[in-house]
Amino acid sequence: MAPGALRLSRAIRFAPLVVFLAIVAALVWRLATPVDTNVHSTLEGRAIPAFKLAQILPDKPPLSSADLATGQPHLVNVFASWCVPCVTEVKVLQELKDSGVHVEGIAIRDRAPDLESFLAANGDPYERIGDDPQSKVQISLGSSGVPESFVVDGNGIIRFQQIGPIEASEVPMILSKLEQAR
Amino acid sequence: MKRLLLVFALLAAQPLYADSNLPPAYWSDRQLPNPKQEAEAQSLMEQIRCLVCQGQSIADSDAELAGDMRDLVRRRIAAGEKPDAIRAWLIQRYGTWISYKPTTEPAAWPLWLAPLALLLIGAWLIRRRIRLRRDR
Repeated sequence: MAPGALRLSRAIRFAPLVVFLAIVAALVWRLATPVDTNVHSTLEGRAIPAFKLAQILPDKPPLSSADLATGQPHLVNVFASWCVPCVTEVKVLQELKDSGVHVEGIAIRDRAPDLESFLAANGDPYERIGDDPQSKVQISLGSSGVPESFVVDGNGIIRFQQIGPIEASEVPMILSKLEQAR
Repeated sequence: MKRLLLVFALLAAQPLYADSNLPPAYWSDRQLPNPKQEAEAQSLMEQIRCLVCQGQSIADSDAELAGDMRDLVRRRIAAGEKPDAIRAWLIQRYGTWISYKPTTEPAAWPLWLAPLALLLIGAWLIRRRIRLRRDR
């Protein structure tokens, strides 16, 4: 056998071990630092798509994109009465409202009686609530679930997207995002 | 025993609460009357990823949001919109993640180049083999 062949075969003999170790290393690394499986909206920094949602509750004005470009920052909350994490989040939204934040709601696939009892039981921080029965506006916002919140500045530009409920510990962060959007 | 089973059955039914009380959107599980449009919608729905069940296409997923997206796709196709325009509209919102069809952006180049690279490596290995055998 040629000397070149011997060298090659030795390298090849260890190749499976090297490949195996590389796979193990990759798996360990991925287990230690899990991927972010959230799908973020790509609309951050861009104008909120135009929409005009219908009224769902008789005593609550409906929401349209024109209500957001009023010179004041808004927190647009995508929620639903059937969404379990929304129950705890609504209390945090109340806290934000008490510190002067304009909280607006988009109710996903909701029914008026369900929504009414949800708000009666958990509190109602919303200035307006729009009815999105087929998730149309949710999809046009690049939102992938409930709850989600968007910080929209006074010119109607989306400045920040929160995926999942706003935790009590995240209130200062949200307030600073709203302050930056001023 | 029967009562215990019932309790377990109720426990297993808990995920039902994670869904809304509204019926599925009209076009979510209904074919368009025009077969050509339905075929267009179907092929697009098979290439759009579900946001809830992230390994599935919206054509396969039972999630409500996937149903609403099928409704959106069918309505737009029925209104005469081209599938590529609908795909672009979704990519504009969710990024290239939403589409199973690989794009031509630089991040996807390895994907396009890999088959070529593997062919070249294979050819090189075979050539080497033949040479070694000739040397023997």
